[in-house]
Amino acid sequence: MVVSVENLRFQYRSDKVPVLDIHHWSVGAGEQVFVHGPSGAGKSTLLNLLAGILLPSAGTIEILGNPLHTLSGSQRDKWRARHIGVVFQQFNLIPYLSGLNNIKLAAHFAKTTNTSTRASELLTALGLESRIHDQPASMLSIGQQQRVAIARALINQPELLIVDEPTSALDQQNRDAFMSLLLSQVKLHDTTLIFVSHDLGLADRFSRVEALPEINQAGGIH
Amino acid sequence: MFLRLAVSSLWSRKGSALLAFLAITVSVFVLIGVEQIRHQAKNSFGNTVSGIDLIVGARTGDINLLLYSVFRLGNATNNIAWSSYQAITSNADVAWTIPISLGDSHHGYRVMGTSSDYFHYFRYGQEKPLVLAEGEIFVGVFDVVLGSEVARSLGYHLGDKLVLAHGLGSTSFSQHDDKPFIVTGILKPTGTPVDQTLHVSLEGITAIHVDWQNGVKMPGRSLTSEQVEQLDLTPDSITAFMIGLKSKMATFRLQRQINNYRDEPLLAILPGVTLTQLWQIMSVMENTLRLISALVLLASLLGLAAMLLASIRERQREIAVMRAIGASPMFILLLIEAEGLLITVSSLLSAILLLTLSTRVSKDFLSEQFSLFIDSSLLTSQSFNYLLMVVVGSLAIGLIPGIAAYKRALHQQLTG
Repeated sequence: MVVSVENLRFQYRSDKVPVLDIHHWSVGAGEQVFVHGPSGAGKSTLLNLLAGILLPSAGTIEILGNPLHTLSGSQRDKWRARHIGVVFQQFNLIPYLSGLNNIKLAAHFAKTTNTSTRASELLTALGLESRIHDQPASMLSIGQQQRVAIARALINQPELLIVDEPTSALDQQNRDAFMSLLLSQVKLHDTTLIFVSHDLGLADRFSRVEALPEINQAGGIH
Repeated sequence: MFLRLAVSSLWSRKGSALLAFLAITVSVFVLIGVEQIRHQAKNSFGNTVSGIDLIVGARTGDINLLLYSVFRLGNATNNIAWSSYQAITSNADVAWTIPISLGDSHHGYRVMGTSSDYFHYFRYGQEKPLVLAEGEIFVGVFDVVLGSEVARSLGYHLGDKLVLAHGLGSTSFSQHDDKPFIVTGILKPTGTPVDQTLHVSLEGITAIHVDWQNGVKMPGRSLTSEQVEQLDLTPDSITAFMIGLKSKMATFRLQRQINNYRDEPLLAILPGVTLTQLWQIMSVMENTLRLISALVLLASLLGLAAMLLASIRERQREIAVMRAIGASPMFILLLIEAEGLLITVSSLLSAILLLTLSTRVSKDFLSEQFSLFIDSSLLTSQSFNYLLMVVVGSLAIGLIPGIAAYKRALHQQLTG
């Protein structure tokens, strides 16, 4: 199992009502899971928990057999750098670094070496010409930024890729291109994918589709 | 990678970063500039006299005697009888003496009557003798040797005639206009009060006063210069004199002898000791200057902290991205500190460069206008301490935005 959630409860310190209450949920190696739910269903909270940014109030989350709550803060940061790739909705990149250096920075945190050539290859494979590799990220179009974001998320060959509403800023054409690119890269690297979105139109591209309100017993609107 | 990140981050905020950089550059420039001037002023102050073992005058305060004999400031309380001067000069321990007779002036510059020994034995700075820029020292009764500043600011050249005034005001109503002096020599600049002095012989001082009584001209008794030169012009009294000893061992013995001199009340001082006492009076000024420049610096460092703190807000997404790819909150703190340090260090370097250039450019101006000689030791060890303190201070103040960024990073969630 890549992800294994047991008796998870999470509430923000100021709240009395839990945001998430999941008895059991797991994702196997190589699976591509589409998680959907309305805004406030706890999607972002779940992602932060899986990435080890937030810790469960109760219960355990194991990633690759590692219970995250047993690691210290800095160990979780290193763990995340090495094993988890993240792609956001928008603003994935450090705006003043070039696309290439954004990728190298991710490799720096994971202590991966000799990434220069691999980063360039990855960018080229994702359809970015080499002349724009060195442009500051803020000069790239949203579509280009999202492709750099995929490359950055994959540079350390993570076992788990977490993707959060990446297509909401893209038009139909770019969205289709992005989805095909993402899914082909994931299949190529045999990466486990958890894809979170409220856009059910994307669901038919995935073999497994989960509605968060169904697995989350908390039920409250957050 | 870390350094490149910090540099790129600053570059993306070049407007505010540049302002913080300029503020710190200017304040560091003020800090080390003030230190530089203080150091040089103290040096040239301490270099006013050297190689002189004792200064003797009528009994007064130590500092007063130093002020009027060396700095030509203030007035002597009394004169010394010529006979006392002769008696001390003949002491077996005394190698040479320089008599000083003050009381007249020329356009606000003091006139000093002395002997030719003054040009042979007087030393300033690191045992430097007086050197003539042109002409020669006085021979005749009505010859005058000008300090460099006197010659420059009043536009005198060799052979010019000038009239001395009785008393010390810059505008005098009693001029020795019947007995003009001729410029025979002009000294090179020394950066000491010598530059502001007109030097004449003791005989010259006597000569312009022979037909005077109690400080006023006696009508009907005026003598021509030629008639005066025929008279015995040995003075009755002098204002003070400087002593060089054959052996330094005798300094305190002779000082005690002079202070206990029976025929008239005298005071002998060690110029080095009294100079130090005098400088200590100025330490309040020194410390005030230092305090002001330190406060200016503190203000600009706080400005740097404010600039970095303001940037934290706009970095929220950046911090989220960095956290997502595995940056620890400590990394974010160090990044902020590094950015502050980069600005501070580049400010230090440009302030040093600026100081080097400005001293090079203003060197002549400072020595001419203020008799302040800047030597080559641009940065004193004290300045280096200051620079080190600036770096430490910027790191300490950088903790304010650093910790703010750390806290934000700690609670920053991964949101799109």
